[in-house]
Amino acid sequence: MINSLFLINPSGEIFLEKHWKSVVSRSVCDYFLEAKEKALEPEDVPPVIHTPHHYLISIYRDKLFFLSVIQTEVPPLFVIEFLHRVAEMIQDYFGECSETVVKDHMVMVYELLEEMLDNGFPLATESNVLKEMIRPPTILRSVVNTLTGTSNVGDTFPTGQLSTIPWRRAGVRYTNNEAYFDVVEEIDAILDQSGTTVFAEIQGVVEACVKLSGMPDLTLSFMNPRLLDDVSFHPCVRYKLWESERVLSFIPPDGNFTLMTYHVNAQNLVAIPVYVKQSISFFECGSDGRLDVTVGPKQTMGKTVEGVMVTVHLPKTILSINLTATQGSYTYDNGTKLLVWDIGKLNPQKLPNLRGSLSLQAGAPKPEENPSLNIDLNIQQLAISGLKVNRLDMFGEKYKPFKGVKYITKAGKFQVRT
Amino acid sequence: MTPMQKLLQLPVNAMNMVKTAQDQMGQQDEAKSPVMTPDGGNHNWYNGEPNDPRHIRFGSGGGDQEERAHLEEGGGSLSSLVTQPLRHDDLKEMLDSNKDSLKLEAMKRIVAMIARGKNASDLFPAVVKNVACKNIEVKKLVYVYLVRYAEEQQDLALLSISTFQRGLKDPNQLIRASALRVLSSIRVTIIVPIMMLAIKEAASDMSPYVRKTAAHAIPKLYSLDPEQKDCLIEVIEKLLADKTTLVAGSVVMAFEEVCPERIDLIHKNYRKLCNLLIDVEEWGQVVIINMLTRYARTQFLNPNMNESLLEEGGGEKAFYGSDNDDDTDDEEDKEEKEKKKTEATAIVKRKPYVMDPDHRLLLRNTKPLLQSRNAAVVMAVAQLYFHLAPKAEVGVIAKALVRLMRSHSEVQYVVLQNVATMSIKRRGMFEPYLKSFYIRSTDPTQIKVLKLEVLTNLANETNISTILREFQTYIKSNDKDFVAATIQAIGRCATNIGEVRDTCLNGLVQLLSNRDELVVAESVVVIKKLLQMQPEQHSDIIKHMAKLTDNIQVPMARASILWLIGEYCEHVPKIAPDVLRKMAKTFTNEEDIVKLQIINLAAKLYLTNSKQTKLLTQYVLNLAKYDQNYDIRDRARFIRQLIVPTDKSGALSKYAKKLFLALKPAPVLESPFKDRDHFQLGSLSHLLNAKAGGYQVLPDWPEAAPDPSVRNVEVKESVPEWTKCSSREKRKEKKADKPFYSDSEGESGPTESADSASDTASGSESGSGSEESGSGSESEESNEESESASEEDEEEEGKKKKKNVEKIKARKPVPESESEPSSGEEVKKSEKKSKPRIGSSESESEEDDDSESESSESEEESEEESEEETKKKKKTTASKPPSKPPKKENKKEKKEMSLLDFDDFDPAPSPSQVTPLNNFLSSSLVTDLEGLSLTDNVLSPTTIVPSGNLKTYELLHRITGEGLSVEYCFSRQPFSPDLHMVAVKIQFTNSATSEAKSLHVEDAKLQSGMRIKEFPEIEVLPAGETVSVVMGIDFCDSTQAANFQLCTHTRKFFVSIQPPVGELMMPIFMTENEFKKEQETLLQSLGQLMGMNEITEKLTLEEKCQGEHAVVQRVTTAANLSRVPCGSDKECSPPVPPPPFPIHRFAGKTVTSGSLVLVSVVTKEDGAAQLTVNCEKMVIGTMLVKDILQALTQ
Repeated sequence: MINSLFLINPSGEIFLEKHWKSVVSRSVCDYFLEAKEKALEPEDVPPVIHTPHHYLISIYRDKLFFLSVIQTEVPPLFVIEFLHRVAEMIQDYFGECSETVVKDHMVMVYELLEEMLDNGFPLATESNVLKEMIRPPTILRSVVNTLTGTSNVGDTFPTGQLSTIPWRRAGVRYTNNEAYFDVVEEIDAILDQSGTTVFAEIQGVVEACVKLSGMPDLTLSFMNPRLLDDVSFHPCVRYKLWESERVLSFIPPDGNFTLMTYHVNAQNLVAIPVYVKQSISFFECGSDGRLDVTVGPKQTMGKTVEGVMVTVHLPKTILSINLTATQGSYTYDNGTKLLVWDIGKLNPQKLPNLRGSLSLQAGAPKPEENPSLNIDLNIQQLAISGLKVNRLDMFGEKYKPFKGVKYITKAGKFQVRT
Repeated sequence: MTPMQKLLQLPVNAMNMVKTAQDQMGQQDEAKSPVMTPDGGNHNWYNGEPNDPRHIRFGSGGGDQEERAHLEEGGGSLSSLVTQPLRHDDLKEMLDSNKDSLKLEAMKRIVAMIARGKNASDLFPAVVKNVACKNIEVKKLVYVYLVRYAEEQQDLALLSISTFQRGLKDPNQLIRASALRVLSSIRVTIIVPIMMLAIKEAASDMSPYVRKTAAHAIPKLYSLDPEQKDCLIEVIEKLLADKTTLVAGSVVMAFEEVCPERIDLIHKNYRKLCNLLIDVEEWGQVVIINMLTRYARTQFLNPNMNESLLEEGGGEKAFYGSDNDDDTDDEEDKEEKEKKKTEATAIVKRKPYVMDPDHRLLLRNTKPLLQSRNAAVVMAVAQLYFHLAPKAEVGVIAKALVRLMRSHSEVQYVVLQNVATMSIKRRGMFEPYLKSFYIRSTDPTQIKVLKLEVLTNLANETNISTILREFQTYIKSNDKDFVAATIQAIGRCATNIGEVRDTCLNGLVQLLSNRDELVVAESVVVIKKLLQMQPEQHSDIIKHMAKLTDNIQVPMARASILWLIGEYCEHVPKIAPDVLRKMAKTFTNEEDIVKLQIINLAAKLYLTNSKQTKLLTQYVLNLAKYDQNYDIRDRARFIRQLIVPTDKSGALSKYAKKLFLALKPAPVLESPFKDRDHFQLGSLSHLLNAKAGGYQVLPDWPEAAPDPSVRNVEVKESVPEWTKCSSREKRKEKKADKPFYSDSEGESGPTESADSASDTASGSESGSGSEESGSGSESEESNEESESASEEDEEEEGKKKKKNVEKIKARKPVPESESEPSSGEEVKKSEKKSKPRIGSSESESEEDDDSESESSESEEESEEESEEETKKKKKTTASKPPSKPPKKENKKEKKEMSLLDFDDFDPAPSPSQVTPLNNFLSSSLVTDLEGLSLTDNVLSPTTIVPSGNLKTYELLHRITGEGLSVEYCFSRQPFSPDLHMVAVKIQFTNSATSEAKSLHVEDAKLQSGMRIKEFPEIEVLPAGETVSVVMGIDFCDSTQAANFQLCTHTRKFFVSIQPPVGELMMPIFMTENEFKKEQETLLQSLGQLMGMNEITEKLTLEEKCQGEHAVVQRVTTAANLSRVPCGSDKECSPPVPPPPFPIHRFAGKTVTSGSLVLVSVVTKEDGAAQLTVNCEKMVIGTMLVKDILQALTQ
């Protein structure tokens, strides 16, 4: 399956390599680097590259390329999914996934990779299992380690592989038993010039942070599970029970995990929390243009819209801009032509407005397309679809856990065409 | 090395070590160092300084930084080469020290070097010594090192082997596994025999984890020495039989790498793999699903083979098939058509396709995995459905695939590629999700282009306007590659959909005035293709394009315009020569491709309009004659010979006009993804559209299915002792018995059943609903409230019931192994259950008093039941043929009780049936039951009113209903207000703390023709109470679900009732002669269009169901039919060959239309049997066959 893995930074330096079968020379990466040169953006590098003897499957994530080398037929998604799992694991262990972090923890990353694959076939990819074999670094531990000269490799062999629940480590103990669930919904929408919704849907995710002792068996039920149109689950969720009773029943992994993701039935009209009035125009004669954007609350269910941010990729021919914002502040990077207007909280009484002039490079033609606006926002304490957690029950353990549910609505890929 | 240098080195080292917290150790090292650095470079002193302090300072994590810093200092390969041996000296020293911390530090630095791709091979001797190190951390790192370098240093690597061999015997399973893992990872040929031994041993290890490691080791060994294949296959075979989920994925992986062609190894494990699948870890799932896809393609028949046959009332088609073969031009039919031709005679007897139960098992068990979080698993299931599922069921994957589109862009990329291929074959599947493929300006270009591809594939007459409007937005994009792709897409839409061709063309013509040249060029190319389809109507466009030649510079576009003008020069007779004139002027400066087209244009004009263009043509040809490009010179020479008549010119010139002005077929604009599905979807080969190494071709469906019995497992396995599942199981029992059932059903694989419609016993047609109802279908609870009192002869029924009970009692003492105690339990249980019902007036609420006790009860119950269920399936074969399996009897018995007390406990029975009895009587009856004793004469040749257990289905769960739970069953009684309706009994249980008010039905959303007779509103349902009502539904003889809202005073719930096909009919009484006569008529009418259909199916009855009783019982359970009495089969079965086999006949008619439904089952020796269903309604007939088949074979 997966022969080798190379980690490559945006400038093309290979800073980590790991081979699970015979060593593949790193010169194989040249094909990839070539493709990378050709691509305008890192995202445009084709994920699968065919070289004379190998296939290169890569992902771009957190400004790093994870490049795997394979020799024979294997489902590409298998590899891609695994590479993302590696990135998530690094993130999970060290708090972020970046070149510096990997370089700082080279040995540990290498050991993790060793555990995750055997002969190129995934062996242990569950965070709980891995953490039992290789303990993640903490500040305290790293101090202790420097003093005593020990490292993070587990002293004893793990038992996780053998526990009946592969995703949960055994013998978890907490003094405060708590389980938190965040219901995060994202609105994906495309609005056209007139503000009409071209496409809108709600995607949600239930993120869990469960710190419960022993082997708790949880059941989470919703007030209105019918809203959920399409769902995908963490492997711990018992699918049959969901099918028959629409409840989530599971023995959770320890710590943070994504319990489920869902899609809200498209027939229910999606409430768009904000409207955007915009006019961006360029004048045919003279190298000039105007921009006028106003954002206002629409269907907010009585909550305040916060963290509103408007991002615009201005045309390349823009020379400079001169805008004034009635609320918040804007930043403009002339190199990337990226205009970011950070509005903050939306006040229905006084609508924030950004207006001003854009000047084009002399002689440049009027841009063909007006840039589209990407909106960012969040609304606390509201799941825009109306989904509500009904209750959370725990079986199998005696203690009384502390339970909490939080709702957040965010803008996902929320785009206004102009 | 001079003494001086050594001297110098000493203080440096000493100084460094002092700085550490480990002086003493340092001293030792220092003392050793000169000795241990025989080959130490001259630069020791020079490099040691920056080196050592650093590593000490940075501790564990710092090793890397130090390395990096060092690299930078080195400033190039030369100096780092020089310094390397030196640095390694320190490492060697540290490795040789007897302090673990130093060893660890050294190993860390070495591993960091390996990770960075630096060569650390010269440290091998020093490292390998530590393989036996006590410290686990050091050991692990040494293993890492060994695996990396053993191949290069084979001889030295052998030193470590004995350590692993020792490890293989360790009592700790994890140490055994780890030893095997490293041993097998060392790619040293000489140890192949050792590895082989180790693998064999580990394959029979107690610990599943070690066996998993063994499975992983198999491909390693295979790649090292392919000659071991035969031995390895033996091991694989052994491991395939393993029943743990932990092993399954890994061994199938090994199978795929070592012997993917040995499909025969899978037979015996097929059902087990299907059943284990959901609990295997994600990665294993992917591998298993892919393998099973291939397997299924070799073992089962194409489910879409007959679909046209079924859809179009296939009966007739089959009859006439031989006559009008050629009319069937449906593509799906082709295969079939060929068959038809070859066996035209046999065609009449052709049976409709019935899916192999194993095929169904696979489809059903993979479906839940569409909900996996792992994109690879979802994709694997999607391709499985695409390649294996009946057309009607493939749709379920669309939603899941669309969901993946939310994932990372790489995932999107792969998924879109596959969706593009699928959307060509099955457009309808993705149409509802059209908008999900809309493009955002922030998508990467490659994603945009793929989305565009999908959008184009999805375009049809109805949605084209929306799509074109989207395309309009895209054309304005700044991403020019994307714009070009959009223009191509518009062109394709225009060719595919005639209605919008003109609109598209106009749009494209407008683009010709676009400022961007690339856009214009692309448009020209596309317009050229479009015009070729209907040139005569568009001469103005051609004129317009001719004008463009002045401005447009893109060669491809220029060439296209010239070709167009040349091709259609008669449409633009004035302009064409002028264009040629201009072109002649610029000829020398044109690109080659344009030049060629200029020559073409000249030739064509010369042929049509030689007066005006003769000179120009000569001029152009002369220019071309001296062109640098030989293609152009050749072309010019060739054309000159062809068109200019000379004395020498050959015969060809006569045909010049025909040659040049022949009508050219319009190009077909088709998707690059067309026919990509000959590669297995989701595979790398599919993505690259080229066969990747190691790709296993997806075989075509076989013409005839290989023997399905190869999958039968002799020893029917008990519930597998897998790990993850056990916990799930437990839970399920605790929570609800219904899902458990569906599970256990799944596990008992071998007896799995029939076809799409009937696999879930409810007979509900595919869709999401089926799962639910299916899971509930076998639930015992149903019996609790099964009202199905017989209609006409209730009294007789009652008697029979008593007999039944008696029979059980009588049987009790018979030593019948497992079945006996369980039946006893059942009796008790049924008593227990019946009590609260009986005393309903006093203690009705008892059972609902507190939900907990109830649930615990149900838990017990389910456990027993499940046990019993499995036992029933596996062990009751012992019971003699005429006697029914004990469970069935129990059901009967319970049923009877409910029959008896039906009347007083149905609070809202349909008016016709109310004949109040007093409680006293019925409760005493129950006690009486135990003492009753009658002869076993259940199957008297009289009309048997179906007495099968009634299945209860859940309408509203307690949780979703906020305390209100609703269940329904088909009571099988005539619904007196309207006899064309099916009576559905609905039972409300209020387990909430407050009372529910005004329960009623509202807002029924029904298929056309369907009707509902609502039950009278229930005013109030106090907390903890249960109430039952009957409503009537006219299903119009279809299994479409009836959807409506169930309202309380506060809430509304959407619910739906879906009838199994067997409930859509009611029994009618018929004598045997009548039955035969009816059957005769239909046999005669076979050739007629309106004839009744006959479907015959051969089946094998299992031992336990060979008895007459069992057959009758099962058929009447599956369908609401009545038995046709026939005193003794012997006297009344002339058509059947010599030794008269018993025939069981059943008759009924559909509720709505009253069409006859005749079922006969002929049992022959050895459990062979033949099932015949005659019904005018083709669909009902086929579905009924499946249901009964399932009922009989389970």
